[in-house]
Amino acid sequence: MTPLTQRFDFSRYNYILVPLAAGGLALLVGGVIIWLLGANPFQAYIGMLQGAFGSPNALADSLVKAGPLLFVGVGICIAYRGGVINIGGEGQIVMGALATTMIVLTFSNLPGLLLIPLALIAGFIGGGFWGGIAGFLKARFNVNEVLSTVMLNAIAVQFMTFLLNGVWIDPTTLDNAIRIPQTQRFPLWADLPRLTPTRLHAGILLGIAVAVLAYILLWRTTIGYRIRAVGFNTVASKYAGIGVGRYQILAITLSGALAGLGGAVEVLAVNHRLFTDGSATGFTGSAGFNGIVVALFGGLHPLGVIPASFLFGALLTGANSLQRTVQVPGAFVTTLDGLVVIFVVASQIWARRRATRRALIEPAPKENVASADAV
Amino acid sequence: MLEQLFAPAVIIGILASGIQLATPYLYASIGEMFSQVSGVLNLGVEGVMLIAAFVAYYVALKTSNLILALALAALAGALMGLLTAFLSVTLKAEQGISGIGIYLFGLGLSDLLFLVLVGTPTAIRGFPELDLPVLSSMPVLGPILFSQNILVYFAFACVPLAWFVLNKTTLGLKVRAVGQTPEAADSLGISVARVRYIAVIVAATMAGIAGASLSIAMFNIFQQNLTSGMGFIAVALVYFGGWRPFRVMLGALLFSMVNALQLWIQTLGIGLPSDIAGMLPYILTIIALIFAARQIVTQPTALTKPFERGE
Repeated sequence: MTPLTQRFDFSRYNYILVPLAAGGLALLVGGVIIWLLGANPFQAYIGMLQGAFGSPNALADSLVKAGPLLFVGVGICIAYRGGVINIGGEGQIVMGALATTMIVLTFSNLPGLLLIPLALIAGFIGGGFWGGIAGFLKARFNVNEVLSTVMLNAIAVQFMTFLLNGVWIDPTTLDNAIRIPQTQRFPLWADLPRLTPTRLHAGILLGIAVAVLAYILLWRTTIGYRIRAVGFNTVASKYAGIGVGRYQILAITLSGALAGLGGAVEVLAVNHRLFTDGSATGFTGSAGFNGIVVALFGGLHPLGVIPASFLFGALLTGANSLQRTVQVPGAFVTTLDGLVVIFVVASQIWARRRATRRALIEPAPKENVASADAV
Repeated sequence: MLEQLFAPAVIIGILASGIQLATPYLYASIGEMFSQVSGVLNLGVEGVMLIAAFVAYYVALKTSNLILALALAALAGALMGLLTAFLSVTLKAEQGISGIGIYLFGLGLSDLLFLVLVGTPTAIRGFPELDLPVLSSMPVLGPILFSQNILVYFAFACVPLAWFVLNKTTLGLKVRAVGQTPEAADSLGISVARVRYIAVIVAATMAGIAGASLSIAMFNIFQQNLTSGMGFIAVALVYFGGWRPFRVMLGALLFSMVNALQLWIQTLGIGLPSDIAGMLPYILTIIALIFAARQIVTQPTALTKPFERGE
C-alpha cells in the first residue's frame, strides 16, 4: 500500500487552499440539501453562526465542543503520519473515560491536586492501551487496523454498558424503578477548573498544549522523525534499520492515548460522571469519527488541528440552533462532515499534480530532503 | 439454565435466526468482494447501506410496493457507488479516508431524511416468510433453511453466482486482472478505470440491497444508525474470506450464528451478562482476522492502489 503521507501534499499553500475549497464546496452542497428539505439555506447558516458565536456562552460552548475533537484530531495526525489509519477513536475515548472513572471512583478521597492528574494519566493510558492493541495486531499479525479498530470500538462500548449497568451504577438510584446506566456524580474536587459562568474549562488549554507537544514530537525529535519516515516510506525505513512495526505501534498507541485523554477531559470537565445510552455516540458524540474530519481539515498537522477543531466545535454548537431556527435536524452536521471529508480527499488529486509539477521544476522542499536522508 | 440452550427448539431457533442475520452481510460482503478484487477498498459500505435502508423503508411506507422499494434502494446504492468510484478511480483519492467520508455522509443524510420525511418510527409490512413447498415441511432443516423471506434465498443464491462470474466469465477475469496487475491489464487494452467502475457500482448496489434487507425484510423499520457497524463487519468478512465467495459466506454464517447465539442467550436470561455476550461476535471477528491475515498472499496486489498510467 502506498504510504498515506505520499498521497497528501503538505505544502503551506495546501494547508490554506484545500480546507477553504473543500469547506466551501461542502457548505454549498449542504446548502442545496437544506434547500431541498424546504428550508432557507442562508437563514440556516446565519442561524448556525449565531448559535455558535452569538454570545459569550455560545462561544464557550463551541470551544467546549471542540475539546474532544482537538484531542482525537491531534492523535489522528500522529497515527496518519506513521502510516496508520486509526478509526478507533470512539473506542479509545470510551476506554480512556473508563480508566479515568475507575481512578476517580476508587481514590475519591484524594485531594483534587492529586486526583485530577492521576485521573488524566489513567485516561491517557486507557486509550493508549486500546489503540496499542490495534497496533500490535497490525505489526505482529498483519491485521488491517481499519477493521480491528472498528471491532475494538464495538467491544469498548459493550464493556462500558456492562460496567454502567452493573458495578458502577449510581448507588443512589438502585431503588428506583428505572435504572439509568450512569455512575454517581464525581466528587466536586475532581472537576477541572472552569471559567464561570460559562462552561469553558481548563481541558481546552490542555488540548492546545497537547497539540503543540505533538508538533514538537513529530518534527523536533528523533522518535517523531522515525514515525514520519515509517509513514512516508515503509520499505525505505525498513532498509534504513528503523523498526517499522515498533513505530507503527507507537504511533497508534499515542493516537489512542490522546483520544483517551480527550475522554478523560470529557468526564472530568463536562459530564462529571460516566453515562451511556448503549451506543458509542451516546457518550462520545461521534468525536472518534469527527476527529478524523478535523485532522484532515487541519492538513494532518497538529497545529492545524487547533483552528480546525474550533471550527467544527462551532459547527456542532451551531447545529443545535438549526432545529430551532429552520426546523432542520442537527443530523445535518454529520452529513456536512461527510461532505467535507469527500471534498478534502477529492481535492488531493490537484494538490498532488501541483506538487509533481513543482518537483520537476524546483528543488525538492526541505521536508522531503530530510525524509530522503532515511533512504 | 445452560441446558435450555441445548433444547432442540432453541437450537433450531438459533440456526434459523443465524441464517437470517447472515443475509445483509452476504449481500454486502459478496458485493464488496468484487470491489476489492478489482483493487478498490470500498470502506463506505456502512453509509451506502444506511441510505439504501432508508430509501427502501420510505418507499415501502408510502407505496407498500416492496419490489419498487427494493429496486429504488438498489438504485440509491448504485448512485453512491458512482460517487465512490469517481473518488477512488477517477480522482484516485485515498480509499481508507474517502470511505469514512461516504460513511459519515450516509449516516447523516439517512438520519436527516428520516427525521424530516418520517419523524416517528412506524413499522411497515416487509417481505413475508416464504415457505418453500415440500422443503419447508422437512423436520429440522425445514424451519431453519426453507422458511425464510425471499431476500434470504436470493442472498445465498448470490454466492455461487458470484463464484461463477468471478472465475468463469470474461468480466470476472477482467476484474481480477485489474486488481492483480493493472499495468498488464492496461497493456492488453482492458480499461482499468471502466472495470473498476463496474465492480465498485456492483458492490454498492449490493450494499444497497443489504440495507434494504434490513429495513424491509428483517427489522421492518428504520431508525438512526440502523446498521450499527454491519457495513464495516462486511468489509472485515471479505478479508476473512480471502476474497473467495464460499469462504466469505462461511465467515458471514459463522459471525451471524455467534450473534444469534448471543441474542438467544440474552432472551433466555442465562447467567452471562448480555453486554459481555454482545462482545462475542466482535472478539471472534478479531480472532478470525488474525487467522485470515495469514493468507495475505491471496490479497489482490493492487488493493487500495489507484492506477496511474505510466508515460
